[in-house]
Amino acid sequence: MAGVTRVRRQLPTSPWLFAAPGLLVVGAFVLYPFVTTVVNSFTDRRTLIPGRFVGLANFRELIHDDMFWTGLRNSTLYIVGVVPALVVLPLLLALLVQKNIPGITFFRSAFYTPVVASIVVVGLIWVWLLDERGLVNSLLETVGIGRVGFLSDQWLLLLSAMAVTVWKGLGYYMIIYLAALAGVPRELHEAAAVDGAGAVRRFLTVTVPAVRSTMVLVAALSSVAAFKTFSEVYLLAGPDGGPAGEDTTLVMLVQQTGTGLTGRVGYASALSVVVFVVTVALMLLVLRADRRDRP
Amino acid sequence: MSTAPPVRAAKESRFTDEHGRRIRFGELALRYVLLLVVLAVTVGPFLWQLSTSLKGPTEDIFSSPPSLLPEHPTLHNYRRVADTIPVWDYALNSLKVAGANVVTNCVGSALAGYALARLRYRGRRIATLVFILAMLVPVEGIIIAQFTTMRELGLNNTLIGVVLPGSISAMNVLLMRNAFLNLPYEIEEAAYVDGADAWQRFLRIALPSVKGALAVVAIFAFMGAWDDFLWPLIVLSDPSRFTLTIGLNYLHGTFANDERLVAAGTVIAVAPLIALFACLQRYFFRGVGEGAVKG
Repeated sequence: MAGVTRVRRQLPTSPWLFAAPGLLVVGAFVLYPFVTTVVNSFTDRRTLIPGRFVGLANFRELIHDDMFWTGLRNSTLYIVGVVPALVVLPLLLALLVQKNIPGITFFRSAFYTPVVASIVVVGLIWVWLLDERGLVNSLLETVGIGRVGFLSDQWLLLLSAMAVTVWKGLGYYMIIYLAALAGVPRELHEAAAVDGAGAVRRFLTVTVPAVRSTMVLVAALSSVAAFKTFSEVYLLAGPDGGPAGEDTTLVMLVQQTGTGLTGRVGYASALSVVVFVVTVALMLLVLRADRRDRP
Repeated sequence: MSTAPPVRAAKESRFTDEHGRRIRFGELALRYVLLLVVLAVTVGPFLWQLSTSLKGPTEDIFSSPPSLLPEHPTLHNYRRVADTIPVWDYALNSLKVAGANVVTNCVGSALAGYALARLRYRGRRIATLVFILAMLVPVEGIIIAQFTTMRELGLNNTLIGVVLPGSISAMNVLLMRNAFLNLPYEIEEAAYVDGADAWQRFLRIALPSVKGALAVVAIFAFMGAWDDFLWPLIVLSDPSRFTLTIGLNYLHGTFANDERLVAAGTVIAVAPLIALFACLQRYFFRGVGEGAVKG
């Protein structure tokens, strides 16, 4: 019994020692910066100059800033372009690799390779593939279509960046779907097959309803990620965001405005607050849609 | 309990699905064709990059139709990358950052996860809530404040500054917490009654049982740090301190027209991770599931 009392006496201090490093890091480098961001968004702080309180001035400026609207437009378009593809294609891919036919583990792993590679590697690979004289254009010319300026036109650039995002995300969401598909009762498929439903019909009436909540999860994850896109566009269109900056995303704008020795920390923080608000709104929206549609 | 004996008929076709049903030849052929098409799309770009990096200075890399294999494979471009940027120093920097990230995340999240899951003390719920809130904060929205925090600490432009913000991620803490919660409590209770203190129970009993989760944390910490782009781009400004991803971006920005050079650089950056993935696939896939559930 002496041992137990000894342990009991120790307990009030030791749990906090266990949690302390984690709380310290998360507090100092996530929660404190979060609060600082919100506070800074009401100041005119710059990297080297401590700011003064300016009320809503940053947000008023933001409304009249063309670059802000360009960034918001591109980040929103990114959701529209990327999310449907990332909800549907990985599901089809998961169905393709679901059956345990010989060599399937090789294919599963191979399809995951783009997920493992750094976005910088992936971006530069595609910059070279989509180059005016790159592989894709060589192939297009060989089949007689002719060369396409994937990386020079404002809209083609944005579309190419979206394609890269989808390409890199396919394997990741495929694995999520594979786990969900494993839980679909086989009897449902058999019953539908007996009723004479074809493959497409079974997909729509059995598979899709069964993995619905996973589709919502994928939609939530991919839409939040799409809205925060930075690297793909930065690498394909360049640090300035393509011709006349027309491909700049919101997070690129945060990076351009707020970093370096002349960074406008206050204004960049206001932009960051917009990123927060939209991110949280997206998550709530998708989760609410899920609850409403549920039988 | 009438488990059917292995059906003889199934032996006629070696190709059966996971339920032992035969797959028709036509369907099987179609599946392999589709698998090969997706393989070409997902892995092809990496091979093209590898092929480009092995082509000598006299070989035409822009030919149409493209030549997929180098005529005279050479490592010339890899030597040139090392002459152009200190690529091995950058690789070493990436390795240091990734290694440090693995150690801090494993130690920090195991300790904090154990405190959240097993130790009894006042404020445990609040501590858990702190980590959940921190997990929801989008990194892209706080990078400017993280940058100013690093400047205040005098850690901008250092590798420590690169590691610190993600050194113990909230998601990993919660992942470890779940792993500990899933362990049966009886053994630890017995040890508690026998007078083992929190440290002994953590190190001798709990920790050895969550090696799998710890491996997932380690792998994703390594991959996250090795692949990271936005944060090191912001915090590092001195080219001698660059990590590999930032060095590649610099190489691309400065020598954009030298595709062979950039290709060799990207191969150097991606090869270690593909090797790691080839050896430890299991944990990569497991991490996807656990990460997605946390959202």
